[in-house]
Amino acid sequence: MTALLEVSGVSVSFDGFKAINDLSFEIGPAELRAVIGPNGAGKTTFMDIVTGKTRPDVGKVLWGETSVDLLKLSEAEIARIGIGRKFQRPTVFEDQTVFENLMLALKKSRLPFKVLFFRASADDGARVEALAREIGLADSLEKLAGILSHGQKQWLEIGMLLAQEPRLLLVDEPAAGMTPQEREHTTDLLKEAAKTRAVVVVEHDMEFVRRLECKVTVLHEGRVLAEGSLDHVTSDREVIDVYLGR
Amino acid sequence: MSRKPFILRNPSVLVFLLALAAFTAAVTLMSEAFGAGLISTSFVKTLGKTLCLCLIAVAMDLVWGYCGILSLGHFAFFGLGGYMIGMWLMYARTEEIVLAASAAEAIPPTAQELSDAIAVQIFGVVGGSELPPVWSFAHSLPLQLLLVLLLPGLFALVFGWLAFRSRVTGVYLSILTQAGTLALSLWLFQNDSGLRGNNGLSGLQNIPGLDDVPQAVVSVWLLWASALALGGFYLLAAWTVSGKFGSVIRGIRDDEARVRFLGYSVEGYKLFVFTLTAMIAAIAGALYYPQAGIVNPAEVAPIASIYLAVWVAIGGRGKLWGAVIGAAAVSLLSSWFTGGQAPSIPLGFYTVVWVDWWQVLLGLGFVAITLFAPNGVAGLIERIFVREAK
Ligand SMILES: Nc1ncnc2c1ncn2[C@@H]1O[C@H](COP(=O)(O)OP(=O)(O)O)[C@@H](O)[C@H]1O
Ligand SMILES: [Mg+2]
Repeated sequence: MTALLEVSGVSVSFDGFKAINDLSFEIGPAELRAVIGPNGAGKTTFMDIVTGKTRPDVGKVLWGETSVDLLKLSEAEIARIGIGRKFQRPTVFEDQTVFENLMLALKKSRLPFKVLFFRASADDGARVEALAREIGLADSLEKLAGILSHGQKQWLEIGMLLAQEPRLLLVDEPAAGMTPQEREHTTDLLKEAAKTRAVVVVEHDMEFVRRLECKVTVLHEGRVLAEGSLDHVTSDREVIDVYLGR
Repeated sequence: MSRKPFILRNPSVLVFLLALAAFTAAVTLMSEAFGAGLISTSFVKTLGKTLCLCLIAVAMDLVWGYCGILSLGHFAFFGLGGYMIGMWLMYARTEEIVLAASAAEAIPPTAQELSDAIAVQIFGVVGGSELPPVWSFAHSLPLQLLLVLLLPGLFALVFGWLAFRSRVTGVYLSILTQAGTLALSLWLFQNDSGLRGNNGLSGLQNIPGLDDVPQAVVSVWLLWASALALGGFYLLAAWTVSGKFGSVIRGIRDDEARVRFLGYSVEGYKLFVFTLTAMIAAIAGALYYPQAGIVNPAEVAPIASIYLAVWVAIGGRGKLWGAVIGAAAVSLLSSWFTGGQAPSIPLGFYTVVWVDWWQVLLGLGFVAITLFAPNGVAGLIERIFVREAK
């Protein structure tokens, strides 16, 4: 098997409402994928399932060369195995500095005793600074994350994601609240990241998706409606009916 | 990255330690035993006890102010610490008395006779004449000292493991800690708990082996020990929260799910902080009760743990020195008001007697702080200093 993540036949319902309905999805080790779909299509719930936040009623979620069953792992274990996630609403630690936020995310031992005695080496400091440059926050390292603009918070979260060095990045609506220039920068970051790892981007904005130049999966009512190039899916009759046509 | 020593990167820690040292020296120089005699022995004890309350407030700030776990049960650990040291104090002291009484007899008592005599002395009040199994180690100071740490530590570990693993958080966790505290105090109230029911353990101010040393001296020694413990654990707490560990637990306080998705096992961190602070609380209790002289189940009552949270909230949570200020100010004011020293206020139609009205004042103060200064006294102080610096 060549896929990094393989989701098959997954369903989940909330109080009888099927948010995800027999969904299957695959992504390779160095691939960029856009997931689009109308509001309530189940995009966020799909990420919740992969990251262990929501347990599906049925289905399989397998990971990596050895097909690890992700459904048996906790959220923290899934994160440590190499799956990073950016939330729809930017969630950074507002009470802490940009430096502290990045340092928290930096790929290091997560064990309490190791963390207790952890002191950042010069290397770690340099790594954090390099990341901060990449996300345009090099001058704000000592600022509290809470005072950053909405777009900067989004970037800080992307920076934290990169700091984790995950093999799979799940990015939920990264461009929300960004200026056109910021969006462009974000697409570059994501395309660059996808050269060495798998990246799944959920996005509403078609222009943004077009610029990603990647395979697109269309979700609707909790299942995959169409998959392929952007041009292919946008010419699909069903897709036009449920999504683009509205 | 700056490589300055920890203490220089955190000047507030240095200031705190110097202030504590100055305070201890001043009290010593004003005590009856070592100085001018300006302060009575009983007031030295009050100050020493206050230092212990400051220590448990540091623990509370660590678990609540930094890690966001509003435990309303940490005073139970404090009480348990007192009981554990109290058992040795009472046993060893009674042993001395029994031995002294039998010194005149021709044949010295056998080990069994000695133990029986001690049991009658201690448990006569609850109608017992045998040492209950929980007193098995009471003869040994090292073992009881170990229990001061291990018993509350084990309680916290088991309780925390069950609660955190099931993801009990917020109000539900607070209620659960109150329930645990209530259960413990109700159990201690029973005569057959083996810990003398509502009589509790008494005579703890008499330290075995120090018969010839006057209380005036012992009180200063205990003050020193309390100051040392407060200083040491303050330093430990400040160091713990200063680095990445502090960053993780503050993250847990603000958004625990996010910390989980970064790969940290939140439950493990919570358990660590909960257990560590329970043990610090127990040490504070073990130092407090020899100065108080008596520990009884009322000390472990649920309300005590709620007061602890009030002190920390008033002082300012998330600031270690804020918690210390809150505990010191409120507990000293409280003993002043409830000790009958505060002058009553005659209003003509009604006289405000502070023993009754202090609680109301404290309650109003708490509400006012919560509404107008959510960061407590420490937040106010900081705001003043920041303004001056501008
Ligand atoms: N925890 C939940 N409880 C109940 N319903 C939920 C829950 N999470 C999501 N849903 C529902 O599932 C559907 C899919 O939601 P979501 O995955 O957030 O959609 P999207 O991210 O594609 O906009 C929505 O109708 C939403 O209301
Ligand atoms: Mg969504």
